[in-house]
Parts: sequence; C-alpha cells; structure tokens
Amino acid sequence: MTDLSVRIGSLTLANPVMPASGTFAEGLERVMDFSRLGAFVTKTITRELRTGNPLPRVVERPGGLINAIGIPSKGVPYFVEHTLPHYAPYSVPLVVSISAPTAEGFASLAAELSAVPGIAVIEANISCPNIEEDGKAFAMRAGSTEAVVRALRAATKLPLWVKLTPNTGDLPEVAAAAELAGADALVVANTILAMAIDLNTFQPSLGNVMGGLSGPAIKPIVLRQVYQCARVVKLPIIGCGGIATADDAAEYMLAGATAVQVGTATFVQPAAMISVIDGLAKFCERRDIARVSDLVGAVRNEETDEADLEWVAPPQ
Amino acid sequence: MHAEEPAMGGHAPPIPDSTLPGGEWSAAIAAELAEVLANTAINTEYRHLVVKCGRPALDAVPGQFFQLLCPQPAGEQPYLRRPMSLYGVDPDAGTVEFLYKIAGAGTRGLAMLHPGDRLDIMGPLGVGFSLDPAWKHIVAVGRGAGLATLAPLAKAARAKGMHVTAIFSARRPDLVLSVELFQSQGATVIPVTDTERTSGPAHVERLLRGLIAEQRCDAFFTCGSSRLMRVQQRLATEFGLRGQVAMEQQMACGIGLCFCCVRDFNVKGEIVHRRVCWDGPVFDILEAIP
Ligand SMILES: Cc1cc2nc3c(=O)[nH]c(=O)nc-3n(C[C@H](O)[C@H](O)[C@H](O)COP(=O)(O)OP(=O)(O)OC[C@H]3O[C@@H](n4cnc5c(N)ncnc54)[C@H](O)[C@@H]3O)c2cc1C
Ligand SMILES: Cc1cc2nc3c(=O)[nH]c(=O)nc-3n(C[C@H](O)[C@H](O)[C@H](O)COP(=O)(O)O)c2cc1C
Repeated sequence: MTDLSVRIGSLTLANPVMPASGTFAEGLERVMDFSRLGAFVTKTITRELRTGNPLPRVVERPGGLINAIGIPSKGVPYFVEHTLPHYAPYSVPLVVSISAPTAEGFASLAAELSAVPGIAVIEANISCPNIEEDGKAFAMRAGSTEAVVRALRAATKLPLWVKLTPNTGDLPEVAAAAELAGADALVVANTILAMAIDLNTFQPSLGNVMGGLSGPAIKPIVLRQVYQCARVVKLPIIGCGGIATADDAAEYMLAGATAVQVGTATFVQPAAMISVIDGLAKFCERRDIARVSDLVGAVRNEETDEADLEWVAPPQ
Repeated sequence: MHAEEPAMGGHAPPIPDSTLPGGEWSAAIAAELAEVLANTAINTEYRHLVVKCGRPALDAVPGQFFQLLCPQPAGEQPYLRRPMSLYGVDPDAGTVEFLYKIAGAGTRGLAMLHPGDRLDIMGPLGVGFSLDPAWKHIVAVGRGAGLATLAPLAKAARAKGMHVTAIFSARRPDLVLSVELFQSQGATVIPVTDTERTSGPAHVERLLRGLIAEQRCDAFFTCGSSRLMRVQQRLATEFGLRGQVAMEQQMACGIGLCFCCVRDFNVKGEIVHRRVCWDGPVFDILEAIP
C-alpha cells in the first residue's frame, strides 16, 4: 500500500489531491465520496456582494476553456451560515479562498474568517485586481505581493496559502516575495489571460471580452512555472493547471509540487479527482515508490545544462 | 433517490441520505459509458438516440437532462459536454433516449455514432417537472427542441391518470416532433406551424383560453419558446394557474459548480440569479424571465 499522505507546513493531507477554487461545490457530493479528498477548496469569496460578469461567461477552445465568471459572492455571513455547515461533517481540511480589492481588505477578511470554526486554511487568491495599483493583480509584481501577504500574515494564525497568477514574467520573484512575507504554501497557478472572437458575429466570445484559459491546454506552461518556483522557494507548492489524470499529477509532483488541485477536468469527468487519487496510488505501486511524497521534486535534471536549451533560446 | 416527486421552484433536490458521511456512499449522478442501440434521423434536422445504460441514469425523470461527451468530428474538438434533455427512459429495458438537433461540432459528433459504439453520458442532472396529483388536465406547449424536453411528460402524466393536451409549434408541419409519441400516451396534440400561420402568440392564446374555458388546463408545462411562455405567464396570472418551464442556457459543468449558466429570476419581486443546470432547468413559470 502506497502512503499517499503529504505534509503542507503544519497540515497533513490524506492524499495530495484537492479541487481548484471555483470548480467545486456541494453538488459534487452526488458524484463522489467527499471523504476521499485530500482537502476541500471553496470558491473565492469576497466581503463585497458581487453578481459576477455578464454572459456568456465561458467559451471552449481546443483542450480547455476560457472563463470570465467573475467572482459572484454573497458575502461572508451567507458563506458562514449556508456554505460552511455543509463541510462540517467531514474530517477533510477545509481551505477557504478569499479575495479583496486592497491589502487591508484581504487582511480584515482573513481576520474575520480566522475566528470562524471549521476553517483549516486561508487561500489568498491574489490574482485579482488591486485597486490601489491601477487594477493590476497583486501577484503580478513582487512588491505588491509582499505587501498583501505581510498584511495577511499579520491578520491570521491559520495556515496561509497564496495563489499566484501565471500572467507575470516575474513569477520566481513573486514566489520569493510571498515566502519572505510569511506564506505557508504557494498555489501555482491561476488561469492564463486569454480571449476568443466569434467569427459569426465578429464579437468577443465572452461578455467580459477577456477571460482566463484553463484545462489541459495550459498544463505545460504551468508545469514549467511550478518547476521554476520550486527552485527558488522552500515552501510547499500546490500545482494547479490542466491536471486531468494521475499522470498529470505525477508530472507536477516531479516538477516540485507537494500537492495538486484539479479544476476544469471536473467539468468533463465529474469524478476526475477520485481517478487521480486512485491512479497516483497505482502509479507509485507500479514504480515501487513507497510514499507519494517521494515524487516531490524528483525530476532528474542533473545532466541538463543551459547549453541543451540553446536551440530554443540562442544566447544573445 | 428523488425519482418520484422532484422538488420544484429553484431548489436543488435534497441530497439523498445515502451520501451523508457515515452512511454507505453511492453516486446519485455518474458518468457512464453507455452502449448506443440506435441513432436514426427522424427528419431533416433531428435525430433520435437510444442508449443502454444502468443506474443512476435510469432514475432520470421528465425535465432532467444529461451531459453527453460527444465524439469529435474530423477537424473539430468539442471540449465540454453537451446538455440534452431526457426524451425517454425505460428502466425495465435499461434504456435512455435523446432527441437532438444537429447544431454544431458536438451534435455533429453525436450524429456519427453507430449501434454498438460507446457514449459517455453523465446524469441524471437538474430538477425535473413535478406533477401535482390534484391536477386532472395539463397542457404542454413546446417549440423546436423543447418538444424533446416535454415528451417524457406524456407518459408520466398518464401514469398519474392525468390527461395531456399538447400544443406543438414548428416552422413546418414535417418538423413537428413527437406527435405519435404523445398520441400513443392518450394525449391530444394540436400542431401549430409558421407555414400555416397558426403558430403566432395570438392564435396560441386563443387555443389556451379555449382549453381553460373547458376546464382542461390545470397547469402549464412549456419549453422552447419565450414568446409562448409569456402568453402562458399572462394566462397563469389571470386565471390563478400553476406552470413550469424548462429553460436553456449555455452550460459548462452541468452540476452547479461554475456559475456560467445563471439567469435572472423574479422571486416575489426580487431579481435573483439561479443556475439553470442545478436550480433548474425546470422553474416555476411565474418566476422565469424570458
Ligand atoms: C438543459 C438543456 C437541455 C437541452 N436539451 C436539448 C435536447 O433535448 N435536444 C436538442 O437538440 N438540444 C437540446 N439542448 C441544446 C443543446 O445542448 C445544444 O444545441 C448543443 O449543446 C449544441 O452543441 P453543438 O456543439 O452541436 O453546437 P455549438 O457549436 O456548441 O453551438 C451551435 C449553436 O447552438 C447554440 N447553443 C449552444 N449551446 C446551446 C444551449 N445550451 N442552448 C441553446 N443554444 C445553444 C450556440 O450558441 C450556437 O449558435 C439543450 C440545452 C440545455 C441547456
Ligand atoms: C469556471 C472557473 C471558475 C474559477 N473560479 C476561481 C475562483 O473563484 N478563484 C480562484 O482562485 N480560481 C478560480 N478559477 C481558477 C482555477 O481554480 C484554476 O486555478 C485554473 O482553472 C487552472 O486549473 P485547471 O486547468 O485545472 O482548471 C476558476 C476556474 C474556472 C474554470
């Protein structure tokens, strides 16, 4: 029997597989046995009441979809009263994803939720626009990341996971800034900014014009980003982007992820997370790997050096 | 399961006890590789698909739907599943049926299926129609693919001793679907078509007023036309009748996770967002906004 447990800071998960925020809700309980998941991750909530973006909110493209759902939120009291109780009967750790337009807003929301029983982890979705910096997402830059994570760290004693955006050229610097400011783990990453145009109407396919690409199409990009982050931080990394199978999850773990989140794949195969868990156990058995955590960062790259990649990016 | 009396009015049916922690968990919704038994063209636009499957698919009730993982036609890659209403279910024969119109990549893929092929069907999904045992006569009003959604009502109503009058609207007489299916269940079918100039809202309203006057309309069931829904909303308010509408919206997950299929509903004067896939697709006709 493979030991599937993994440690993320002070928290031990029964296995490394959990949902990605925004692709999970109570309804999935009719499809899978929730007690089998490594963790629960809720849709991002905000303090502000929000209705979300205009329709259409989703358009498919080969290997994935572009979404501009926005973050519809019914606010904190609704969440505490109606959403939380649903997860209370389970011993699976509950990760609550939060967002706010300012660092102060993040901190006060984290502080308020820390007083609520039943929440194991705060996941800060800092891929959202920072109104203090012209709407640029916090996680686009190291400086704004450090500021918001410091504010969050001061506001909560709960384990703090910070979810980064793949839409920055400075990802390793942003990851290092989050570590310095006191994050307990990084979630790499959110969706990739994208667009589609309807050739019948000449209009953008999404009501919001731009949206985020997710699904198998983004896996190679985010996998590379996990690898890059794992080389600059000591924090555990939770890989998220295009994972649909156990092989995808194993690849992420080899690249340096301690755990994985499954998002869009659930829309196509609703029990995808369960097959990833079962498949990881089989993968390890087949390869005589006793603990799934032995996969973490086990990519063999001793022999590669920069020269091997010269044909991709010739030296200047 | 919630097979007998699905909940109504924008509330997802309660989660069956069997899924509560501690109890033995069992799937109320599942993706299953069903076997295609038939996939035949019934007119120039629609095809009839019959698959052999097991539970929980066979627990489907009228108004519920499935998400089909369509085969990929050459050069096209539909990524998401496609929603299709339950057209018929026969638990004894172990079959579920769909009636679909070829609209794009996904349905073109469906059209390629041959008997013996496998099709990944996920369901049953959403909240279906509910039939109040107090009703004696119900009226079904549908247009286009909406008739597929209403079709299984005929059998369900007959099983409860209710009589169905169906007003079916289409562009041309040869495109009116399911007439025999309804008649075989003892229903009265009134086709109305664009080419015969009988499908306009004014004419349909006259037909409905006639049925109400004859006390042959205890409730409305509708799908596929917002114009005709508006007529029924007006009459339901005027005569204090109940009604249910099956709504459509572009969907992604089909199980209430992604919030891409939300629509506005008017609930006691307040506008609220509801997910068509999870809170519906069947809603109280008076709460629906066309
Ligand atoms: C709950 C529900 C039940 C349905 N039941 C049936 C049914 O029983 N029979 C049937 O023929 N169709 C039904 N539909 C519509 C069917 O899902 C769409 O026609 C199908 O998804 C089109 O897929 P495609 O890949 O062939 O075409 P696409 O290339 O995806 O679309 C072709 C055209 O259809 C439009 N379209 C796509 N999805 C929808 C949708 N969900 N509703 C309305 N228009 C859409 C697109 O905007 C486009 O103009 C149902 C839809 C819903 C939401
Ligand atoms: C419909 C949809 C809604 C999402 N909502 C959120 C959200 O509320 N908060 C968040 O941090 N990420 C959200 N995401 C991003 C996912 O959590 C995940 O980071 C991304 O989709 C990449 O993973 P995937 O390829 O496995 O889907 C959403 C993604 C989708 C497709």
